[in-house]
Amino acid sequence: MNAPDDLRYTKEHEWVKVEGNVATIGITDHAQSQLGDIVYVEFPGQGETVTKSDSFGVVESVKAVSDCYAPVSGKVVEVNDSLTDSPETLNEDCYGEGWLLRVEMSDPAEIEDLMDQKQYIAFVAEETA
Amino acid sequence: MERRNSKSLSDTNQRTNEPTYQRTDSSYQRTACGATGLVLEEPTLFEQSVPGRRGISLPAIDVPAFNPCEAFGDLVRDKAPELPELAESDVARHFTRLSTRNFSKDLGFYPLGSCTMKYNPKIANKVAAMPGFADTHPFQPLSSVQGNLRICYELERWLCEITGMNAATLWPAAGSHGELTGMLMIRAYHTARGNPRSKVLIPDSAHGTNPASAVTCHYDVVTVQSGPDGLLDPKAVAEAMDKEVAAIMITNPNTLGVYEENFKAVADIVHAKGGLVYCDGANLNALMGFVKPGEIGADAMHINLHKTFGTPHGGGGPGAGPVAVSRALEPYLPMPRIAKNGDNYTTISDKPESIGRINTFFGNFGVLLRAYVYIRELGAEGLVGVTKMATLNANYVKARLKDAYDLPYSRPSLHECVFSDKRQNAYGVKTLDIAKRLMDYGCHPPTIYFPLIVHGSIMIEPTETECKELLDEFCDAMLTIASECEKTPELVKNAPSRPFRRRLDEAKAARDAVLKE
Repeated sequence: MNAPDDLRYTKEHEWVKVEGNVATIGITDHAQSQLGDIVYVEFPGQGETVTKSDSFGVVESVKAVSDCYAPVSGKVVEVNDSLTDSPETLNEDCYGEGWLLRVEMSDPAEIEDLMDQKQYIAFVAEETA
Repeated sequence: MERRNSKSLSDTNQRTNEPTYQRTDSSYQRTACGATGLVLEEPTLFEQSVPGRRGISLPAIDVPAFNPCEAFGDLVRDKAPELPELAESDVARHFTRLSTRNFSKDLGFYPLGSCTMKYNPKIANKVAAMPGFADTHPFQPLSSVQGNLRICYELERWLCEITGMNAATLWPAAGSHGELTGMLMIRAYHTARGNPRSKVLIPDSAHGTNPASAVTCHYDVVTVQSGPDGLLDPKAVAEAMDKEVAAIMITNPNTLGVYEENFKAVADIVHAKGGLVYCDGANLNALMGFVKPGEIGADAMHINLHKTFGTPHGGGGPGAGPVAVSRALEPYLPMPRIAKNGDNYTTISDKPESIGRINTFFGNFGVLLRAYVYIRELGAEGLVGVTKMATLNANYVKARLKDAYDLPYSRPSLHECVFSDKRQNAYGVKTLDIAKRLMDYGCHPPTIYFPLIVHGSIMIEPTETECKELLDEFCDAMLTIASECEKTPELVKNAPSRPFRRRLDEAKAARDAVLKE
């Protein structure tokens, strides 16, 4: 399983990359492989707010429709619009071109609640055991 | 006539992936795979169109010619619509050919878990086609449709008897419509008490439509995790329960096919804080004659007549999802209500607390009639027998397959059983591959990837209408596939090889849907 060491992770299999006050959010390699071929995404628009642990969007694969949960709270400053036309990017490059949102964090301390790489790998191992 | 894309006849001789499985009982010849013999490709009607070809010949005009432009001006289209130009025989053959590719309960085993694809007895269709029923008009005076009203009245009473409820409405046109109706009544109940409340509790093992129904009624959904045994945990419900919770929606038995043993305890917890209990009755066929949800705390329950009571699964056509309710919700039932005064049946449409009409006229009366016939044909004892046989069949399949497929929850099953692809994953084979391979053995695949709480789930519901020989045929195929997964996984991963169409690219179909040329 691929999980870079410079990211933080949620139990719902989202990842977060923090740069200054801005968090980039995506879904993990484990999430995309479990979902299978992703065919549709739905996310909030720029300027809307997301709240930690609340559902902020939907990823639909040929198998299932899944909610995405916000790892942190804040205002959406950028949305990866290219996913609308090519949702397969989420399968192909989930940590790079397949990012979902950039959020200006309202409470950067929330990051501390998230798992680091080692914790996340252990969490997934336990969950799939 | 030359047919385009015609390649299928030669294909049948070149197949390399013929199943090697043999039936255990050679006297049975049921498998209807449809991949041998004369199978023809079928272009669309548009592709078959030949300019100038017609299916009708109109007589010469014997009235003055009419110029549409004079009457309609700019509204007249510039050129004729691009409709296919064909002879009657082209059209008749096209649709008849396509009709042979349908798979239905009249063709064979259809073990879709959660869907209850039982055989629909023909007597119900025969009765529904009787002119006295088929030719009634919804605007006829009530005095002339007393028989129809009596059927509605009695069906309501029987559904109440079966579910242990106080009153019922027959008008919702589907299970999901029944859920919506039930949740609207629950909202009306709370609104009448001063606060519609804001939340609905839904276990993660409930049916997928439940959250949609709650959200449509402006409730926030709070998911309750099931316990490690796959059951609803009263503690988890107690923690989530407060005075803003309008109701809990419970599917019982749940989507694992397991009876929610704590239903009453959960209902008591919810009632104690003024909440109501919605029971998703999609799996009533596993309880009928043994458990009355109304007696263990349910306040509202929809009943999928096309599941439990053997009416056709509309395929997009008419269905029926009556809702039975407790005394608390009776004032909110939709209009019209059916009433009986002496020997006279009538309707009531002026109950001020009612949520109003939720369908036109008398719902899908033809479907209600079929359920009525089903109940009359079987009688009380027969309905109990249905439940027994449905449960026995599911447990038989489970017992035969449990050594070959992973069983994530081992509690006793009722009417369906859920396996996972965990063991087959070791050979790189997934649930989808197993489902596709089943088609090579002439079996319709079961429900896959649902319920969501089981990874790679394979959900099998044989129903009571299948005999042991047919269940054995299905189990033999599943066991052969399990062995193929170990020995020749590529065979399974490239399945199906026998059906008319091979592995379809589902992702491309969803991503690049071409809806219009």
